Amino acid sequence: MQYLVSVIDDKSGSATEDEMTAIDAFNADVQAAGHWVFAGGLNAPSTATVIDNRGAETLFTDGPFLESKEYIAGFWIFEAPDLDVALKLAAGGSKACNRRVEVRPFFGE
Amino acid sequence: MSVTDAHEAATRAHHQEWARVVAALTRRFGDLDIAEEAAAEAFATAVERWPADGVPPNPGAWLTTTANRKAIDRIRRESKRDDKQREAQMLRDDDPPQPPGAIEDDRLRLIFTCCHPALALEARVALTLRLVGGLTVAEIARAFLVRETAMEQRITRAKAKIKANRVPYRVPSAEDLPVRVSGVLAALFLVFNEGYLATGSGTDPVRRELTAEAIRLTRLIRALMPRDGEVTGLLALMLLTEARRTARISADGELVTLGEQDRGAWDTALIAEGHHLVRERLATGERPGRYQILAAINAVHTDARDVRDTDWSQVVALYDQLARIDPSPIVVLNRAIAVAELDGPDVALAAIDRLDHKLAGYHAFHATRADLLRRLGRSGQSRAAYDRAIELAGNTAETAYLTRRRDQLG
Repeated sequence: MQYLVSVIDDKSGSATEDEMTAIDAFNADVQAAGHWVFAGGLNAPSTATVIDNRGAETLFTDGPFLESKEYIAGFWIFEAPDLDVALKLAAGGSKACNRRVEVRPFFGE
Repeated sequence: MSVTDAHEAATRAHHQEWARVVAALTRRFGDLDIAEEAAAEAFATAVERWPADGVPPNPGAWLTTTANRKAIDRIRRESKRDDKQREAQMLRDDDPPQPPGAIEDDRLRLIFTCCHPALALEARVALTLRLVGGLTVAEIARAFLVRETAMEQRITRAKAKIKANRVPYRVPSAEDLPVRVSGVLAALFLVFNEGYLATGSGTDPVRRELTAEAIRLTRLIRALMPRDGEVTGLLALMLLTEARRTARISADGELVTLGEQDRGAWDTALIAEGHHLVRERLATGERPGRYQILAAINAVHTDARDVRDTDWSQVVALYDQLARIDPSPIVVLNRAIAVAELDGPDVALAAIDRLDHKLAGYHAFHATRADLLRRLGRSGQSRAAYDRAIELAGNTAETAYLTRRRDQLG
């Protein structure tokens, strides 16, 4: 079972050096424990482009699809047998990156 | 056997066996929906059949077998459609076999699943009352003054979240247990309090069905976890509070304060049981948690046959102990009420006036101030505080009491 753990941020500017060190250490632990699927940090929401190709022509729009004070700054995808394990991993992630995170399950396989 | 006897037997079995049947089915089929539906069908069958066929010698076993059969019927019907999907969504149970003597009761797993911290407190309360308590959705909706469709939705959403997230069906590990138990107790305490001090203008001031259900479920948890101090503490607290229920509301529906209650109307059996539990915890010598301290405070109150015999210094000492683990303004407020008896209303008033910015929206803060100001002869200020308390109070008996007190001011 896979869980998406989104990192919630409200300030632009990426992680500090201390946070990066903590995240690297956390990632190494997750990999060693076999929960790692994927992770990535995202650039600022202002760098996003929205694409709509549902109609006759492809439309490109500047900026994020949703203007909000908080946004997703990055994410992990964990493999975990159940929510309790996923919550523990997410708690470790929150501590390491020093931000709030949200856990959301993928559809069961 | 008469039809009435059979119905009574079915009602009794419902009370005693519902949670066990739902829990066993959830364990076996890994799905709360199937368990709930099959259990409900089995109990409906009992109500239908027992009057004609007689009550089976072991009603619990009969119900479990019948419910199992209903569940299998349903799974057969559905597996033709989508068994892959069903299998994928089954709740997980990868516990190693329990060592002998460990907690074996499936009902505990059920309670911990219903009170999982990923669920909102109101969802935990609703799920627990439905799946563990066996109340109907209509009953739960009525108790919490929401429409039945809204309550149905709340329960359905919670079950869907459990399923989609694969919330495990197990008793938490020893490391997580204290936090998880406190989540369960918080839900039960909320049920109890909503029953004891019901909100809403058209509502009975006390909702006996909620206090009774909260006590019944807490008794169940205590039977399953007898050595957990806070479980015992919460049960004692509920019993000692419930013991005063009938004395607490006057014949014309007005709140009667602790000091003015007819102590002869208190339930002595509940008080004896509550005191016994408090003594049991004291004897362990373990450091008490919040519920145990609150229970001890209530034990001091219920120990006094006359309000003038109350050991107020003991009450204040217990509040001091409580404030060290829970430094919330509400604890300071309640401590001040005891301080007023020990050191006088002026000392108490000085203590609670410091809480103004934190508790300005809490009716009990203004009610306490009003009472202290009244005792100090400051009628004008007292009246203003009563006005504010009446504005904020949601309980009909409390509003009636505060209004009378205000109108009696010189």
